[in-house]
Amino acid sequence: MRIVVSIKQVPETTEVKIDPAKNSVDTEGLTRIINPYDTYALEEAVRIKEASGATVAVISVGPEKVDESLREALAMGADEGFHLSDPAFEGSDPLATAYILARGIEKLGPYDLVICGRQAMDGASGQVGPSLAEELGLPCVTFVRKIEELKEGYIRVQRMTDDGYEVVEGPLPMVITVVKEINEPRLASLKGLMKAKRVTIPVWNASDLGLDPARYGPAGSPTSVARLSPPPPRTGGEMIEGTPEEQVRILVRKLRDAKVL
Amino acid sequence: MDFQLTGEQRMLQRMARDFALKEVQPHVAEWEEKKAIPREVFARMGEMGFFALPFPEEVGGLGAGYLAYALAVEEISRVSASLGISYAAHVSIGTMPIYLFGSRVQKERWLGPCLRGEVLAAFGLTEPGAGSDAGGTETTASLVDGEWVLNGTKCFITNASLAGVVVATAVTEPGKGSRGISSFVVPADAPGFSVGQRYSKLGLRASDTAELVFADCRLPEDALLGERGAGFRQFLTALDGGRISIAALSVGIAQACLDASLEYAKTRVQFGQAISKFQAIQFKLADMAMETELARLMTLKAAWLKDNHLPFGREAAMAKLFASETCVRAALQAVQIHGGYGYMDEYPVERYLRDAKLMEIGEGTSEIQRLVIARNLGC
Repeated sequence: MRIVVSIKQVPETTEVKIDPAKNSVDTEGLTRIINPYDTYALEEAVRIKEASGATVAVISVGPEKVDESLREALAMGADEGFHLSDPAFEGSDPLATAYILARGIEKLGPYDLVICGRQAMDGASGQVGPSLAEELGLPCVTFVRKIEELKEGYIRVQRMTDDGYEVVEGPLPMVITVVKEINEPRLASLKGLMKAKRVTIPVWNASDLGLDPARYGPAGSPTSVARLSPPPPRTGGEMIEGTPEEQVRILVRKLRDAKVL
Repeated sequence: MDFQLTGEQRMLQRMARDFALKEVQPHVAEWEEKKAIPREVFARMGEMGFFALPFPEEVGGLGAGYLAYALAVEEISRVSASLGISYAAHVSIGTMPIYLFGSRVQKERWLGPCLRGEVLAAFGLTEPGAGSDAGGTETTASLVDGEWVLNGTKCFITNASLAGVVVATAVTEPGKGSRGISSFVVPADAPGFSVGQRYSKLGLRASDTAELVFADCRLPEDALLGERGAGFRQFLTALDGGRISIAALSVGIAQACLDASLEYAKTRVQFGQAISKFQAIQFKLADMAMETELARLMTLKAAWLKDNHLPFGREAAMAKLFASETCVRAALQAVQIHGGYGYMDEYPVERYLRDAKLMEIGEGTSEIQRLVIARNLGC
């Protein structure tokens, strides 16, 4: 069995600066990490590999620096890395990104399962997984919180919903997106990283992938970000002083005043 | 000249930091309280590759270099200096002499297990009467019927009761001074070898420090490390590398002091504003940040020289001296910034202060570092 995990490199920070000219996050000088949601996808693939001997291929779209995240994924236990990179990819929206990824996945050869994180920490559209399934012509199950059964040509999963979960089964190949409840991702090891140094990661550009120029980059993106603004800073809150009894009395009164109680 | 870490070094640094935050931080208080670090922690660090970082691939190392190792020591020590010193002692002065001077047989037996974390190593140099004056070693080793017989006591030995192997010095040629000292590779189960009481210490309480006792300890003839009479030269070499790791450990403590102080100063309100708005506090923080960065620069320079096979003894001494004094100053200021809370053990800074002091003492006191530097100046 071969599992493909799609990852995105995102800036690691809680204090994101916004580049108003580009309507995107200013990533200059920030540490770049694998999108945390994608680490659950990767962990799940590596667990399947450890349990049943699958191979794990990891694929990502992005600039040169994405190579580091692909190697980190190898350090977590993936076997192969594929890097889709072309200056013309910049400005691709989720649909265009899914298009690029789909052609990349087709090029890397036969596979049984594609796993994505539910969304990226930065863009948070949650669309690449389902769009990718559409581009590949495959079924898709989103928000998977557990894989109940996986065998040749068949998968059964638990899909998280607002008030419980659904059990969904279907044929392989399939695209699934996973939620953080599915596992606890391992740390990449120093040993794994040094080993990953020796793996050759192919870099494919638009012409290697035979892409239609009308389908990627700003021109190939039906959506664009109109405006990006940071969340309002958290306001101070209010400290209630006094003995525990007084504090409770004041708190209850305030909650009543606010019609919470 | 390029002051940037390589992509690989940055990633290793971040992985070390992630490990420290996720798998060390939650247990630090408990380890300090119990005055011990569970053995599984070392096994886990071995599995992750921490111990293999500076060693070449031919011996099972990762070939990442001493600089990457120094970054890892800093990140571990930033969270737990006790674990940092156990790590540094295991790699720099416990395992390194076996790698540098060991026979093929000694390397085959010990390096793999030490690098994988299955065996911890210790370095037995200091004696009750031979501290800074390591040439005054009194432990003896004599060859009797094809066996070495060791007698003597080593004190203040990091990792002593955890160690599966100890590199220890002993006098083999009495009267020849420093040229009469040799080193031995001593398995912890050697007959006549034992570990004394663990010390109760001011700081670094979770780290293991004890006495080693050799009472007619018998070792095969091939337990000698390298050449007879080479012990003094060997430990000077080991300590040069060790100093870089103590410098890195000190930088880790200094950075932890800055991290804690900055966070506290930004949230502690007095006279109607965060105390970080007061210049008196800002100047302290600025000095801490500056000195920590300078200490880190010198530490990495010494490591860089070592990785590039250039002389680094002088720089290692400077880095160790400056970084250790920096972390003590930073810890004192961290406690001061925290005020009364800083004196309480609910905040980590009182531990940083207790931990920091050892950095000015271990692996060559500040006074010895100044001597080393002065000698390098031609004095």
